[in-house]
Amino acid sequence: MTIPEHFPEQVVEDALAAFSGRPENLLQMLIRIQAALGHVPVDVMARLAQALALPLARIRGVVGFYAFLSETPQGLYRVRFSDNITDRMQGGPALLEQMCRRLWLEPGHLSEDGLLTVDTTSCTGMCDQGPALLVNGLAIPRLDPARIDRISDLILARTPLADWPEALFQVDDNLRRRDRLLDHDLAPGDALRTALARGRTGDREAAANARSWREGMPGGQGPLATLEEIKHSNLRGRGGAGFTTGLKWEACRNAPGDARYVVCNADEGEPGTFKDRVLLASQADLLWEGMTVCAYVVGARQGFLYLRGEYLHLLQPLEASLARRRRAGLLGRDILGQAGFDFDITIHLGAGAYVCGEESALLESLEGKRGIPRNRPPYPVSHGYLQRPTVVNNVETFCAAALVARHGGDWYREAGTAKSSGTKLLSVAGDCSRPGIYEYPFGVTVAQVLADCGAEDAQAVQVSGPSGVCIGREGFGRRIAFEDLATAGAFTIFNSQRDMFLVARNYTRFFAHESCGFCTPCRVGTAMLKNIMDKIEAGHGTPYDLAEIEQLDRVLQTSAHCGLGHTACNPTLDTLKAFRPAYERRMTSLDFEPAFDLDGALAKARQMTGRDDAGAHLSLKDHP
Amino acid sequence: MTATPAMSPQPPAATTATFQLDGREVPFNEGQTIIQAALAAGRYIPHLCYHPEFKPHGSCKLCTVKVNGRPAASCTLPAQAGLVVESDTEELNGLRRTLVQMLFAEGNHFCPSCEKSGNCTLQALGYDLGVMTAGFRHFFPDRPVDASHPDILLDFNRCILCELCVRASCEVDGKCVFALSGRGQTKHLVVNAASGRLADTDADLADKAMEVCPVGVIIKKRVGFAQPIGQRRYDARPISAQALEDAPRPGAGSPGCAACEEGG
Ligand SMILES: Cc1cc2nc3c(=O)[nH]c(=O)nc-3n(C[C@H](O)[C@H](O)[C@H](O)COP(=O)(O)O)c2cc1C
Ligand code: SF4
Ligand code: SF4
Ligand code: FES
Repeated sequence: MTIPEHFPEQVVEDALAAFSGRPENLLQMLIRIQAALGHVPVDVMARLAQALALPLARIRGVVGFYAFLSETPQGLYRVRFSDNITDRMQGGPALLEQMCRRLWLEPGHLSEDGLLTVDTTSCTGMCDQGPALLVNGLAIPRLDPARIDRISDLILARTPLADWPEALFQVDDNLRRRDRLLDHDLAPGDALRTALARGRTGDREAAANARSWREGMPGGQGPLATLEEIKHSNLRGRGGAGFTTGLKWEACRNAPGDARYVVCNADEGEPGTFKDRVLLASQADLLWEGMTVCAYVVGARQGFLYLRGEYLHLLQPLEASLARRRRAGLLGRDILGQAGFDFDITIHLGAGAYVCGEESALLESLEGKRGIPRNRPPYPVSHGYLQRPTVVNNVETFCAAALVARHGGDWYREAGTAKSSGTKLLSVAGDCSRPGIYEYPFGVTVAQVLADCGAEDAQAVQVSGPSGVCIGREGFGRRIAFEDLATAGAFTIFNSQRDMFLVARNYTRFFAHESCGFCTPCRVGTAMLKNIMDKIEAGHGTPYDLAEIEQLDRVLQTSAHCGLGHTACNPTLDTLKAFRPAYERRMTSLDFEPAFDLDGALAKARQMTGRDDAGAHLSLKDHP
Repeated sequence: MTATPAMSPQPPAATTATFQLDGREVPFNEGQTIIQAALAAGRYIPHLCYHPEFKPHGSCKLCTVKVNGRPAASCTLPAQAGLVVESDTEELNGLRRTLVQMLFAEGNHFCPSCEKSGNCTLQALGYDLGVMTAGFRHFFPDRPVDASHPDILLDFNRCILCELCVRASCEVDGKCVFALSGRGQTKHLVVNAASGRLADTDADLADKAMEVCPVGVIIKKRVGFAQPIGQRRYDARPISAQALEDAPRPGAGSPGCAACEEGG
């Protein structure tokens, strides 16, 4: 864990070599350099700029965009406490304070001896086993005072991370309810074999079709037969937007281009969501299988898994699983012996940016750039990675697609509702006795989920995270389905003791922190919203502020560039509607109240002069 | 907001495809966006980050219109036959007013002491749209000034992050002097030097990038206030009456921008 002697030349050369010196791998190089050196010094950026023929300013812009990259030293240990509302409810802030006191430092600042930084970060996806933190990117869940002491000791002793007790890093799957996805009986390769066989019945050689497609010639029956099953299954995307998967694959297959790509979105940044983490940990083969089926259908040779930086602990197991598949002939050249069926998957890491879950921002990030959502149209299916036709799907979507490829569309449609076929994984967390992953057929009621997970006293559930909806008791009869409560999977429960204003404020801060800053309405609007919530929290809120929230919501809904901005006001508006007293309790005035606290501004002067008499105070009430 | 009919340098090519803008037909060529076609046809849509010589950016959202009832940025949305576009409505002008107010609140804009006053697009849009008050609490951000260059001053207090200088420097000057860094409220402009100072870049007064800033960030030294406030561009006529004269200008540079944000 010491900074290498040959700093920084060797580190840079290693990074360049590991990612074949290609500018689109810039972010991956920077992540590697950050891990090796604890920051990305400007002379390193200058060397990269030269080697990659990129402007230095552009590299600096990339470093400045991602929360896990830094231009200034951050010490040997970078500790980040997850700041999601569930981590906070589980006592995260007090543990952060404990660690800072113990190690004598201020959050967000490098310790005086240059040993470490302690800071907060957006939801790390450990809500069912929080509070959690990341140390140099690796997750440590289930924090308590004893664990914090233990971690502090290890840091003070400068113990290399590799020598920390493994138990600290143990992450549980907490699979609580299984249905057709988690209960599947597929062995690696089963879905692919079925897909290839399905092709052979209609035509001669399935793989020949796959290959001829790539060469720009009309597609054949092989891939099309499986595409038909996917379409017939009525599978819809599990990442939030719910687009029909078969249509997406078809559009990509039919878009002109000299190469096609399959990208799995494993950015899972929506606070409260962790089902993709569990799928990646326990169902990696099913995911690879789904991606490979997709490659077969659309005619792609290259796939990517975009893995959020917070899931660094999964990188090695996933790489090992890919290697096993290559050895088994399920990836690489001539997959399952079919001449011309070539496909492989590369894992790219994210670096702390929720917006990179938005598919076009994800593609920018995959290309090594700042994660700014693109202008659409054109869409990724025709202009995706490197402007080539690209399918972007969520982890769960690919897993479900593998099942459909194996068992067919009819089998899949047996579960769920007419409009929402199949099952959905829910990430259940918050105030309940059995948090974890629950798989249900679509159509399950909120009340049923609450009963199953042991949530006795729920007053609200945040469905699909802050960008989704907050429902109160009157909504517990509603159903999880695209036609009612559409969800990417988060199911965060709040009992009647919880202050729903603080919940909304936490989510509002999240959006302000994660806004990419590209468009005016979101860059400025999310910051204004955060300021208003802080003003209300400080007891200075008025109905005027509530009207301003509604105004900002209109501006964001109408003009924001991507879904982050469109949904940024949801938590505030939903809680205002269902839990208005939580706001009004904090209001001192029913009319205008300036944000500027006149008397508060004099506090420093009073301190310096040692005065605290009535004459040293200003009161608005005395001087209306 | 009535527009002065403007002469477009090239008459629209032989095309019959049109879309409707506020009830009147607008012809367009394949590949034009809504705003490009509208401006070429002498129809004004308010805009700020769009500049006729560069690829549309789509970030300020002032050009937001409703297309078949749904909002979209007209500078980036490709024109299509038969679209029904609304622009000059109270709802959309209200949105634009709010966006201008938000930009004023985000930066430090003290117009009376600004060298750009009267020539500033943000200010001109504010007047034209009828922005009477700040509307929001100001952020009063702490932003630096870079006076290191002998001929050019950078006053980041007024930056609206429109990326025009980034584009001009990469596409026209071939220098990439500017890029954007940070995100959200920490988003800011950076210059292409390890020191972070403009003096250590190859920026030059004659660069295209030094002309395009719509607000008062990139300021030429020693010529300040040569033209008195009151006799400047937008002091004479409102921006809606002038924008069309600039409109259909062919781009000067290559479309490639190594430092630009948007990949579309
Ligand atoms: C701000 C934002 C964040 C998103 N984050 C994710 C994410 O973490 N994972 C995901 O699968 N989709 C996410 N999405 C949705 C993606 O843009 C895209 O719709 C999805 O990956 C498509 O896959 P699917 O059709 O399989 O759902 C996000 C969208 C937005 C606007
Ligand atoms: S809405 Fe927010 S996150 Fe999306 S592009 Fe605009 S600033 Fe970026
Ligand atoms: S300096 Fe001027 S041109 Fe450049 S981004 Fe800022 S406002 Fe736009
Ligand atoms: S002019 Fe269209 S977004 Fe700025």
